[in-house]
Amino acid sequence: MADELLSAPHVLEYDYRRSLGDTLSRFFTGLRDREILGVKTKAGRVLVPPAEYDPETGEATTEDWSAVGPEGVVKSWAWVAEPLGRHPLDRPFAFALIQLDGADTALTHVVDTGDESAMQTGMRVTAKWADETVGAIRDIVAFVPTPGGGSA
Amino acid sequence: MSDSDRIESIVTPTRTEYDYTPGPSAQRSLRALAEGRLIGETCPSCNQVYYPPSGTCARCGVATEGEVEIADKGTVTTYAIVRVPSDNIDLELPYCTAHILLDGSDIPFFGLIQECVWDEVRIGMRVEAVWLPESEWGPGAENIKYFRPTGEPDVPFEQFKEHI
Repeated sequence: MADELLSAPHVLEYDYRRSLGDTLSRFFTGLRDREILGVKTKAGRVLVPPAEYDPETGEATTEDWSAVGPEGVVKSWAWVAEPLGRHPLDRPFAFALIQLDGADTALTHVVDTGDESAMQTGMRVTAKWADETVGAIRDIVAFVPTPGGGSA
Repeated sequence: MSDSDRIESIVTPTRTEYDYTPGPSAQRSLRALAEGRLIGETCPSCNQVYYPPSGTCARCGVATEGEVEIADKGTVTTYAIVRVPSDNIDLELPYCTAHILLDGSDIPFFGLIQECVWDEVRIGMRVEAVWLPESEWGPGAENIKYFRPTGEPDVPFEQFKEHI
């Protein structure tokens, strides 16, 4: 066929509303109030983000909640050099596992250093909150290097 | 904190963006749509006529052939009255979606039904396409705005029960 091939953008989009349940409801309500909450397992480990069950034993977690962070340590990271439209920042950033002070597990979030050379496993970071919090993971805009924080 | 202040749910958006390039059969049928024609294809094994054509017979797994003119009239084989709004659909509620067995085709086609009273839509009802003005035609199914009743007598279920 002499004509050019037909081609068109096709967008599939859907917003899911997810019921949180008691445990994550507390976590997200905490974020709305600018607090990062963890839950203690029977063995005494603090899980952040919180879970209903201890991933090591399968036992229900306790009613013992505590605020952690807002500082923590980067345990692992991956640099996103060319962010796409739906990424949390419109400039290069890192997805990272961050173990907040007072927590025994790591939370996946964003580290905003501006440049990959400023990223380092073990670096200390601090949560930067959104101007307005609504009870969503992006109430924390990103984690940024803690001034004078150095490395763990 | 009172219970009413608790965050009970979150919204998690999902989105995928494709650059969709239709296969040869769909290319032909989309170009025909831009001329106001419906072009289907036939399975050489079972003789089913597909519209819109995907290029293969879903039943036999073989390539479909030919160009078969399909009418822009047909018979409602099933329908739904939609009363739930969606963000990206700006139709007045309620509206009616239907499977329409177009004359000359063996597989129902998905369409909207308008210009009729909702509780009068029925299986077997005859409908015809209402097209956009010709100046607005492009290579897409949007050329057909919707279907409306023709007023012809209903088709007995026995006559299309193999095509639902």
